[in-house]
Amino acid sequence: MADSELNTSRPLSPHIMTWKWHVTMATSIFHRATGIANYVGAFLLVGWLVSITLGEEAYESFAGLVGSPLSLLVLFGFTLSIVYHFLNGIRHLFWDAGTGYQPKTADLTAWVSILGAVVVTVAIWAYVLTQMVEL
Amino acid sequence: MSQNSIKTPLGSVRGLGSAKEGAGHFIKQRVTAIALIVLVPLALISLMGAVQGGYEGAVAYVSNPIFAVVLLLFTGTAFYHMRLGLQVVIEDYIAKHGTRAVLLMLNTFVSIALFATAAYCIVRVGLSN
Repeated sequence: MADSELNTSRPLSPHIMTWKWHVTMATSIFHRATGIANYVGAFLLVGWLVSITLGEEAYESFAGLVGSPLSLLVLFGFTLSIVYHFLNGIRHLFWDAGTGYQPKTADLTAWVSILGAVVVTVAIWAYVLTQMVEL
Repeated sequence: MSQNSIKTPLGSVRGLGSAKEGAGHFIKQRVTAIALIVLVPLALISLMGAVQGGYEGAVAYVSNPIFAVVLLLFTGTAFYHMRLGLQVVIEDYIAKHGTRAVLLMLNTFVSIALFATAAYCIVRVGLSN
């Protein structure tokens, strides 16, 4: 049985040492990572709402806290995380409906999720920052 | 299970799944995801406007009835969705029973507390302006 055709031609399960990097694998990992990041980001959104409720002074100190260059980078990352999870989530819903599994389609939509998230996030922040400069 | 057992095969496996439930969780995760396809863009566009005008601008946005309802729907749906999501992450990676139970409970408490806080703030700002 050990050397039979049936045994040797069967697909092997992925092995950690022979596993080739692939974009669909990356999108799956990113989906979980961005999901966790969005959970953390929810505290930022609620913090913003609390600062508005507490009044102008609290709002200004919150705005000062998240307005530093480093914090803006965090906000940019949070936006990227939201947009990516949103786009890739739509991809997951198509899979749940039973379509989009062909390797070529899955590869293409994987890149659309990744590059689309970058493009949309850059567009959002380009808009917000230029509007702020005008004020 | 022995051949002579009085239990049916279904009866003897019922309730023995890893999380004791599954399809319900799956469906809730998808239904909230579909709702978020509409709510995420609405919330993002609204927030892009709300962060531009300083304190006054933010208050004006949150007191706007449409934005307030969008925010309430968005936080409610998104925080429920993320509670379901983190539950899966905890169930996947934390095998130890006690730790897992504590984290699952904490996940529930935190996500509900976040929504309660958000909802209180939105309603409070809306009613006082």
